[in-house]
Amino acid sequence: MAKSPAELASLIAVGGRFELRAGGTKQGLGRPVAGATVLDMSGFTGISLYEPDELVLEAGPATSLAEIEKTLSKHNQQLAFEPPDYSRLLGSNSSGSLGGLVACGLAGPRRIKAGAVRDHILGIAGVSGRGEVFKAGGRVVKNVTGFDISKLMVGAHGTLAALTSITLKVLPAAATEETLLLRGLTDVRAVQAMGLAMQSDCEVSGAAHLPGDMTLLRLEGVGPSVSYRRDRLATLLKEFGRSDVLVEKQSRQQWMEIRDVHLLAKGRHAYVWRLSVIPSKSPEIIADITRKLDVNYFMDWAGGLIWIAVPATADASAGLIRGSFADGHATLIRASAEVRARIDVFQPQARALSELTARVKTSFDPSHVLNPGRMYKDI
Amino acid sequence: MPSPDLHTIEKRASIVAALRKIVPGEGVIETRSEMSVFESDGLTAYRQIPLVVVLPSTVRQVSEVLRYAHENSIKVVPRGAGTSLSGGALPLADGIVLGLSKFNRVLEIDYENRCAVVQPGVTNLAITGAVQHRGFYYAPDPSSQIACTIGGNVAENSGGVHCLKYGLTANNVLGLEMVLITGETIRLGGKHLDSGGLDLLGVVTGSEGLLGVVTEVTVRILQRPETARAVLIGFPSSEDAGSCVADIISAGIIPGGMEMMDRPAIHAVEEFVEAGYPLDVEALLIVELDGPSVEVDHLIGEVTAIAEKNHSSTLRISKNEAERLLFWAGRKAAFPAVGRISPDYLCMDGTIPRKRLSEVLTGMADLSRKYNLRVANVFHAGDGNLHPLILYDANEGDELERAEAFGADILRLCVKVGGVLTGEHGVGIEKRDLMPEMFSMIDLAQQQNLKCAFDMQCLLNPGKVFPNLHRCAEMGRMHVRKGALPFPDIPRF
Repeated sequence: MAKSPAELASLIAVGGRFELRAGGTKQGLGRPVAGATVLDMSGFTGISLYEPDELVLEAGPATSLAEIEKTLSKHNQQLAFEPPDYSRLLGSNSSGSLGGLVACGLAGPRRIKAGAVRDHILGIAGVSGRGEVFKAGGRVVKNVTGFDISKLMVGAHGTLAALTSITLKVLPAAATEETLLLRGLTDVRAVQAMGLAMQSDCEVSGAAHLPGDMTLLRLEGVGPSVSYRRDRLATLLKEFGRSDVLVEKQSRQQWMEIRDVHLLAKGRHAYVWRLSVIPSKSPEIIADITRKLDVNYFMDWAGGLIWIAVPATADASAGLIRGSFADGHATLIRASAEVRARIDVFQPQARALSELTARVKTSFDPSHVLNPGRMYKDI
Repeated sequence: MPSPDLHTIEKRASIVAALRKIVPGEGVIETRSEMSVFESDGLTAYRQIPLVVVLPSTVRQVSEVLRYAHENSIKVVPRGAGTSLSGGALPLADGIVLGLSKFNRVLEIDYENRCAVVQPGVTNLAITGAVQHRGFYYAPDPSSQIACTIGGNVAENSGGVHCLKYGLTANNVLGLEMVLITGETIRLGGKHLDSGGLDLLGVVTGSEGLLGVVTEVTVRILQRPETARAVLIGFPSSEDAGSCVADIISAGIIPGGMEMMDRPAIHAVEEFVEAGYPLDVEALLIVELDGPSVEVDHLIGEVTAIAEKNHSSTLRISKNEAERLLFWAGRKAAFPAVGRISPDYLCMDGTIPRKRLSEVLTGMADLSRKYNLRVANVFHAGDGNLHPLILYDANEGDELERAEAFGADILRLCVKVGGVLTGEHGVGIEKRDLMPEMFSMIDLAQQQNLKCAFDMQCLLNPGKVFPNLHRCAEMGRMHVRKGALPFPDIPRF
């Protein structure tokens, strides 16, 4: 286990095939990395800098998300992109580490208002596949000095560099929250209602639809503002029927379950897809899929995110799922290692983009040492 | 800049002929007088007549121009409206200027999905103009927004006074269509969120025209907040103003905008626009709060209490929209106001951790004495982005050289306290030689390796961003030596 960036660099410089591991809770995300030595990143742990009035936090990749969230909450701050905890979905024992979160680029329901991990990363330090220690970005929000390599690290699944330090922008947590609840809407009506809410000035910070049950719209902020916007939104959405309100604690619980995909966590036999699509298109995408296949699903991001559980077949119905939309991408989040090795876990790319992706990988990791094959075969 | 390739310049006539085949009629500009419009951008101290200017009007033409340049190893400088403050669009004597001004159409407005699809030559303000009748706007608002184009905004990752709350260009762009130097067209992102693969959209945004030519942009549009009000707060010292900013943020308040001006800037502005700024203060804050009225009222109460705790000497709350705009009129006129009291000025753009502000201001005052040049400061206080304006007279002896040395020292100071060289103006040619102040040779080599992944021959906008751009074949392990710096072929910064 390397304890310093220099030690890590000398390990990587030797070459071979390494599978990066910090918390180890997300090894099942992405394609399996075959025949690799585990590169234990657990030595890079702990919060090295946290300045609440500067809205900045720096920590090692193995720092647990739980520790970071606990530290931030003492100052009423948070990671605004709402990091999800997929432990129930993936059958792991914790919400994992900061490194895993950044590598997988995971964001929760607040993504539609506050942005994703990429929108909150300020800087990184790490070791490239060349075995060279490098850094990018900084610790300030406004920074255009050089290419934004920090963003590129988010969602790269450890295929470009082994990060040793991550600097994030943090933000104040809302004083309170409420959720407006509509019942009994079809997918089409629910997406219309969520679309109208998102087009309003009510600053909706969560918009989800659990089919046959509830359509939920979250409002966060200071108390007087939340009540005002709740009433305004209820009036705006009158035509969709009577609305109820979930107050603070109930609201929090409900959004935690949506964020962490509890609805599809049960029935461990099923495979789970995550589709990022054009929000208004989601009803027809779902209609197309459900005509051909028996699935469980729900929508987040005002329809822009569809979670679907499909039967555990050999191809995880990849062709059917990906054939259901023209713009967007589908990622296979839960499936057996065998299936993840055989089919495209990530959305296949057009030729020019795929070739560019391969060249970008090579620019960081010319010998394909780091998590080889994690995202795409041969990359 | 890299020394011009004489071989390319000799072939100029055949290059012009080839470009005319791709872009007929007035789309190719080759006479010296017509090309003089393109010789400079917002960094007017540097000028260069390009080899030729081409203004394609279709993606196919862009693709063919780039493919031709690639096949014939000719350099290309992409250009939007030419408002870059860092020389990002400075032409090359042996390079084609590829202007995107004919890509000026709003292609689609999709309210249902809260986005607009526009061509890169559409101005920043025109996007808002196209959607404001439905109450929407495009959030990033660089001060050049009346002229600068969205393509240029993507290239520079432009900011503005509202980016503390609403983000930079990178946080408001959902998708791009881009032509690579090979002529291949790729699409990154779209109306959906996030990328299915590597976040190349994130890297291309702010890449200063070094990675490709953007031909279409999908941006997020937002509904305007119900109301906005500004608070104008004067302080007897910049320390008090700085700690007021920190306390506002510690209280969990993220204002729509939070701007600071120092005494010289306040005086220059007040003489120019008579915004009613107090003249007996050392620092002035404008704090704008937006949202529903109940929220704005609530937050104004909190901000007022915090200001008083931090020894504010004056405090005014805008009573109506006209007064709010008047408060802003002063800040927005800061650059021209300074232009009135000095023949020339240099605008710097470092970012610092906010709490180091008074230390940096003190350091700047020392440097001002050392270089014997005045400096006025406007500051995006919320996000730590400083714009020191160094006052000089280019016709007076060595004042330009002194001003440039002064500016470089300010940026070194920013880096020393944990900040960066540029917050929103870009590196361009202006700050490229300072890059080693912030990055190691390995850091820079990694960035250049990434450049090579997009542009193997380094034909796109060479001479910008990197102090010493190596040919990709030379890039490799530990080959960049310190001795290669500083870049010897342009006047020193």
